[in-house]
Amino acid sequence: MFRAECIVTLKRAINDPEGSTIRSALHALGFGQVDDVRAGKFLELTLDVDDRAQAQAMAEAMAAELLANSVIEDYRITLTQIEAPAGAGAT
Amino acid sequence: MKTGIVVFPGTWSDRDCAYAVHDLLGEPARFVDHREQTLEDLDLVILPGGFSYGDYLRCGAIARFAPVMEAVQRFADRGGLVLGICNGFQVLQEARLLPGALLRNASCEFRCEWVNLRVEQTTSPFTRALRVGQVLRLPISHGEGNFYADPGTIEMLEASDRIVFRYATAQGRISDDANPNGSACNIAGICNARGNVLGLMPHPERACEALLGGSDGLLLFRSAIAALEGAAV
Repeated sequence: MFRAECIVTLKRAINDPEGSTIRSALHALGFGQVDDVRAGKFLELTLDVDDRAQAQAMAEAMAAELLANSVIEDYRITLTQIEAPAGAGAT
Repeated sequence: MKTGIVVFPGTWSDRDCAYAVHDLLGEPARFVDHREQTLEDLDLVILPGGFSYGDYLRCGAIARFAPVMEAVQRFADRGGLVLGICNGFQVLQEARLLPGALLRNASCEFRCEWVNLRVEQTTSPFTRALRVGQVLRLPISHGEGNFYADPGTIEMLEASDRIVFRYATAQGRISDDANPNGSACNIAGICNARGNVLGLMPHPERACEALLGGSDGLLLFRSAIAALEGAAV
């Protein structure tokens, strides 16, 4: 099995008011060195797939079709092979 | 002429739309369940405001995959009139029936207030009964109404006269002060190339009676009805 972690953020060219607001709050806390903050979404998907290439292709397809809106967002995917939970895949 | 009002889980302006079209204008209307797969009895389909599917993931992202949306696509392809209001506009963009996207308001605030809209074109069936430069007063109620499209798309919308409404002052001047959400070029509503699909963030259905603060919203519904009746003759 694989765990696919998908991070979705607004495209760089698009103003991110949520990120700017968080940056202002961090500055107010005294973290003035924070130059930029980008807010986004984190999605963790567990895929019942044994083949890495297939898992990658699936995650890419899901991100392109639903998880991110290509008009405004970019995404990046990280795949990690994981153990099947106990009891799964019983014969 | 018959109107269908699509109801997704989380839609909340459906009753207001029915009240405007059926109770105030006396036109036949019915609610359309999100699982329906045919809209053949209808002439106008409204995707109302609300929080379809809790706005999970992105506004309109899940609603786009509801069974009824394939029917809406076919309905639009055959020239049926489609009006997306607020969340309905977001759904139409997610479904790629209209270009661009609606980002979080630049202020990060939910804005619930009356705004002035300048009518930019009158070739759409929804604005045919209006005049260019006319200022309408309608309420907005949204957190994600900040219209975005890449510069090429905005240029295309301008050149093809598809920007239907812009946020303006009461005198019809386009200014940053009159822009409640940071929308690019003050865009409040756009239509598709054919003109039969319109999306806008303000709520015409909530401005249909003087008692509620204004009746300019009726002008859009009346215009659509007149256009359909004209077409049927």
